[in-house]
Amino acid sequence: MSKDILKLTCRELRDSIAKGEIKSSEAVSAVFERIEKYDGQIGAYLNTYKNDALGKAKEVDGKISKGKSIGVLAGVPIAVKDVLCTTFGTTTCGSKILENFHSPYNATVIEKLLAADAVIIGKTNLDEFAMGSSTENSGLKKTVNPWDKSRVPGGSSGGSAAAVAAKMCFAALGSDTGGSIRQPASFCGITGLKPTYGRVSRYGLVAYGSSLDQIGPLTASVGDCALLLSVIAGHDERDSTSVDEKMAPVYDFSAEIDEPLKNLKIAVVPQLFEGADSEVVNAVKGAIDIYKKLGAEIIEIKMPHFEYAIAAYYLIATAEASSNLARYDGVHYGHRTKNPADYIEVYTKSRNEAFGQEVKRRIMLGTYALSSGYYDAYYLKALKVRNLIRGDFTAAFQKADCVIMPTSPTTAFKIGEKTADPLQMYLSDVYTIAVNLAGVPAISIPCGFDKNNLPIGLQIIASAFQEEKLLRIARMFESQTDFHKRRPEL
Amino acid sequence: MGQKKIDIEQVRQVAKLARLALSDAEIVQFAVQLSAILEYVEKLNQLDTSKVEPLAHCLPINNCLRTDEIKQSLGTEKTLANAPQKDEQFFLVPKILEEPGGL
Repeated sequence: MSKDILKLTCRELRDSIAKGEIKSSEAVSAVFERIEKYDGQIGAYLNTYKNDALGKAKEVDGKISKGKSIGVLAGVPIAVKDVLCTTFGTTTCGSKILENFHSPYNATVIEKLLAADAVIIGKTNLDEFAMGSSTENSGLKKTVNPWDKSRVPGGSSGGSAAAVAAKMCFAALGSDTGGSIRQPASFCGITGLKPTYGRVSRYGLVAYGSSLDQIGPLTASVGDCALLLSVIAGHDERDSTSVDEKMAPVYDFSAEIDEPLKNLKIAVVPQLFEGADSEVVNAVKGAIDIYKKLGAEIIEIKMPHFEYAIAAYYLIATAEASSNLARYDGVHYGHRTKNPADYIEVYTKSRNEAFGQEVKRRIMLGTYALSSGYYDAYYLKALKVRNLIRGDFTAAFQKADCVIMPTSPTTAFKIGEKTADPLQMYLSDVYTIAVNLAGVPAISIPCGFDKNNLPIGLQIIASAFQEEKLLRIARMFESQTDFHKRRPEL
Repeated sequence: MGQKKIDIEQVRQVAKLARLALSDAEIVQFAVQLSAILEYVEKLNQLDTSKVEPLAHCLPINNCLRTDEIKQSLGTEKTLANAPQKDEQFFLVPKILEEPGGL
């Protein structure tokens, strides 16, 4: 029985639970059976909450047997990245500085999941404070790729992606500042959506780059991404950057997911294919062929400023990070150094002892870029280039419904392969970062496998607040292929 | 390779601004790594941005006003719950000001 449960989508599981065919407690038990069997090898979770999850599942099952109304994720076991504040367990951000931090409140997305009757089963590993592309920067745990345990799961939402790929949850939430949902989704052969900036409330998402951060779903199918987005999207008075629903209405984005788009126009940027592995390029070209067969018109465009995105990003994101992470002062919460000589050492030693190398590096870079004498040359320059990059997208969307490219130039790389050279690690985000700078939504869906049987991701990018269209375009491809259904043997 | 983009003394100064008590080994390493990154970001200077406005944020951000009402706050106990050192009402830190006689 449990084997079949794990094959269901979130929607199918929810409907089976609602009809009383499956109990939520059975689904939760099936997931924990997997976690207990495999997570020792994979390391996707920092913490799991079996008893609380079973308690919540029984509560949902009870509601159903009494005929009470239930939410759209009733009884569905879901994992969340440990950068989202929860009143249960700890909220560590994968950092030693917050190893014992208990949040006094829930993130808005957590409240929304709970209101939809989802069962939150655990919190997943990540690069410390979501800074990284491989989850190797976690200060607390190592996570491996379920397709090849000598490789990284991607990052920073690597734990969430690995948990979905290894069927240790039905869906997960992650966060994406420069590709942190899409790239691990690509490396783990699953589907990951970064919504438009402002679509989802960031209240309770521990801040990294506040003008770039966005929460989104990692799932086994496009339909489930649509379903989860419908749950977490919407204005929140506690996040002034979450947009008014008059501007961006929220409804069931999965309702018409199977309706193909008529007169679909897809833009491709030929020069961007030059930097990717040939197997990745071939898979993406194969996807383009499928869209052509479905009647889409393919338009070749140029995005002349795209190649400057990494340089702009690593100034803007680090500048924002250096300011956001100033709050870790050893005074109000988090690690404090033992026996400081004076109050300055409370700050300097507490921070130095508990932050990892990448976090320190980014704080240093951001502090430098914002410091007197360098602000104009670095930070301000980067903001101007950001405007040019957004202009490239605006021009593209005047000609086409979406832009298609690889999610990552390679498939999952080996553990340790890029840790010695931070710049090489940054360059692996070449296709995802521009999207965050422009604030637009993008999805990664599985589109093939390389010769090592590692998944390849296709990135589809749409204009701001066009998630419904984006998801329907993604579903057109998914409905013609079975890449999303393949799962690694563990 | 020309001159390093950022030297050891500058790294020390930035670490001071960032309130990080970096070790000497970290300072040397960051001088190398940050120089490589800064050299890479130099490519932004290939672009003429003299007529481009900076874009700090992708949304049209307006003032978000709300009525000035008293709402439930966390309360002292919850606020202090994660403090590394505290008493019943306050966060505790080492002495910040010298004794009055010492001024």
